[in-house]
Order: sequence, then structure tokens, then C-alpha cells
Amino acid sequence: MINDNFFGRRRSTPTRPVPPGQYLEDGFPVLSAGPTPRVDINTWDFSIEIAGETAGTWSWESLNSLEQTDMHTDIHCVTKWSKQDTNWRGVAIDTLLADAQISPPDGYVMAYCDGGYTTNVPAKDLMDGKGILAHTYENEPLPAEHGGPVRLFIPHLYLWKSAKWIRRLRFMEKDEPGFWEGYGYHMYGDPWLEQRYTGD
Amino acid sequence: MPSQREKPWRVATVTAVKIASTRVKLFTLELPSGGNFKAGQHYDVQLTAPDGYQAQRSYSLASSPGDTDLIEIAIELIDDGEVSSYFHHSVEPGQRIEIRGPIGGHFTWKPSHTKSSIFIAGGSGIAPIISMLRHRHAVKNNSPAVLLFSVRTEDDILYREELESMSDNDPSLQVVTTITRETSKDWIGNTRRIDRNMIDSALVDTGLKPESAYVCGGSGFVESMANTLLDIGLDFKQIHIERFGP
Repeated sequence: MINDNFFGRRRSTPTRPVPPGQYLEDGFPVLSAGPTPRVDINTWDFSIEIAGETAGTWSWESLNSLEQTDMHTDIHCVTKWSKQDTNWRGVAIDTLLADAQISPPDGYVMAYCDGGYTTNVPAKDLMDGKGILAHTYENEPLPAEHGGPVRLFIPHLYLWKSAKWIRRLRFMEKDEPGFWEGYGYHMYGDPWLEQRYTGD
Repeated sequence: MPSQREKPWRVATVTAVKIASTRVKLFTLELPSGGNFKAGQHYDVQLTAPDGYQAQRSYSLASSPGDTDLIEIAIELIDDGEVSSYFHHSVEPGQRIEIRGPIGGHFTWKPSHTKSSIFIAGGSGIAPIISMLRHRHAVKNNSPAVLLFSVRTEDDILYREELESMSDNDPSLQVVTTITRETSKDWIGNTRRIDRNMIDSALVDTGLKPESAYVCGGSGFVESMANTLLDIGLDFKQIHIERFGP
């Protein structure tokens, strides 16, 4: 439906196309459903759980001792903003699985975070360099309000899948809804298919 | 595949436009059907230019849930805001707008709510909270509640008379308003940003021990308020937040 007299702002010319319904944002808006957790890096750890068993646990130090992966990418938030050419560093999920000597499982993953947030993602969307545990943004420690010290980062999906304050990944055979998915947000969340809400 | 969408785009008709302050207008939209929602939820709005360019934004519902097909959204004029400026300068009663919703489920208030609550709003962040308070009032829910409302100037006190009337007629609701920039000489309320002291004294005055919190406003405001609520002892999961804008 055309809105007469609406022309739009189009203030920045995108470097490359932006997914449907998104606009470019120069800043970095903060979105979260609860307060920013107070995370102590000295007691922080991250674990991977497969078939009900802990398959690997990493401290902040051991995470940083692993091979580091850089990502230069665009990010897309379901609240309609996108940001292009962002730079992240962290540890690939592939690297963690290799470190724990685990072959990549099939199925799905639930991410668990400080503060109680959860989100689900197919396991394959974390593999082959597509998902990292990010701790650095634009060469600075990831700020707490953006998910620091460590957030899951899966930029090919809407940003709510890149769970802030990540603590655990649980591999599971069947898909289950996480926090927002349980409130009607899409189970997968591909911005290019505009999968914002259930049934999109 | 649009046919499978649970929340398809629908066309709503603007039935009223009201100036609420220098920067905020209230728009009443008539939905084709199904106005049911939970207080705190939002709708997505989509505008399409003649050349096909589209822009979407989310707006919280300010009206109370009910049997009506009418919803109210409060739109603040944002500098350089393509959607808000269109609404402020071009939208008049009778115009049609594409919308989808209602959306969201965490930042919601239900009539079954029995917990004592602290509501904290910054500026136009009052929109989803007035929806909650209107619903609370309509269903005569008398769970203890206090609202702290921070605005820049007196002109920015949205829903002022309604809030005064609600709290005057409801001993279980206390409203504390604070103005952070310009006040008239007649203003006898608070004149600083909401801080721990202001929250503490509102809780002492009302004897309220909050078991749930709803905070809405700009991102920095919400971050600061959520931290203060953690400081005064609320648990992480008791604090519901909604951030407006970048």
C-alpha cells in the first residue's frame, strides 16, 4: 500500500543491500529484556552440554588461549535497524568443539545466558565459522550492555539469536523455543527472508 | 509465505490525531478486526513510498486492552526520523496505515497481576506503562503500585490529567513526577533525574515493597534505572524493561 507524501530519509547509502524492512543505523542501539547482568570475569566460565553431559568447560583465560577468529560483517536487529561493516573477534564454535575433541553434533542448540535469557538455533548455523563466542568489538572489550564479557555471535541471523552474556550451549535433538521464540518470534530468524515472527 | 503468517500486514484507518505535547502526538487507529492485546505490547508500522521504498518501526500501544478495535499509539517526533516526521506532518484522520501485531510478551501486564509493582517511565516511555495503568484501572486491579515518571519539561508530562485522576481515585496507586530541565515557578514536584533516593522515598511514602518492576524509556535511562533497581534489591527476573530508540 503506497503512502502518498512518504518519501523516506535514506540518509546513508548502503555499502551493500540491507535486508527487507531494515534501516541503516550509525550508532549501536542496546536492546535487552532485563537489566545488564553483573558478571565477574574471575568466576566466569562457558560450557557445552551434549546429551545431558558437560562436554567441555572454558574459563575466561582458557577461552582467550584458543585460536581467535575475526569477523567483519553486517548486523541486523529485529527491531528494524541494521549496521554495516562491524568488526568482531572471538572464538569460533568450531574451535571450541575441536578443543573438546567433539565432532559437530546435528540437531539444534539452546543458548543459556546470565540473567536467564535463552535462544535456539540449528547446530549447523554455528559451524563452519558461522558462529563465534565474541569478546571484542571494534578492537575493544565488548561492552557489558552489548553482551560483554562474552556473547554468542551469529550475524547471519537476527541479532536476538546472538545471545548476550552467554554461559552455556546445550545441544539437543529437537528444536525448542527460547525466550523470544516463546513469545511469538521466529524459530530461525533469517533477516533476508524477514523471518521476524512466527509463520513469517 | 504471507498466507502462513500469524501476524500479517493489515490496513488500519486513522480515526483521530491529538497533540499531546510539543513533540508527541497520539494517533487512534481503527483495526479491521481483532483489537485484543496485552498491555505493554507493540505494533509494527510500515510506510511505503511511491517508488517502493519502505520503512518499518515499532510503536507501543498506549490504549487499554479491551473489546474495541481502536488502538492508540504515542509517536514522538524524532529529529531526522523518517517515520515519526511523516506521522507528525502528514497523517490525518481518514488515512490508512499498514500495521501488524500485537507483538511482544515479556514486557506485559495482565489483570491477574497481584504483585506490588514499581513502574518507571522516561518521556514517551510512558506509552506502554499508561496502557498497563489504564488496564489496571479498568479492571479495578488494586495491587499496590507506584509510578515514577521522569520528563524534561512540564510540557512533556503526557497523560498528566489522566494520571492525576487515576491516582486521586485509587489509594493503591501513587504517581511521582520529576522534571529534569525547565520547570515553571508553580511546579512543586521533584526537579532532578530519578535516583536511588527518589525511589527509596517513594517506596517509604507508600510502604510499597516492589515485587515486580516495569521500566520504559530511552536506552541510557532504562540501563540506569534497571541498575538502580538491582541495587535496591530487586531480583533480575523481577525487572521488565523496554528500550525506546537508539
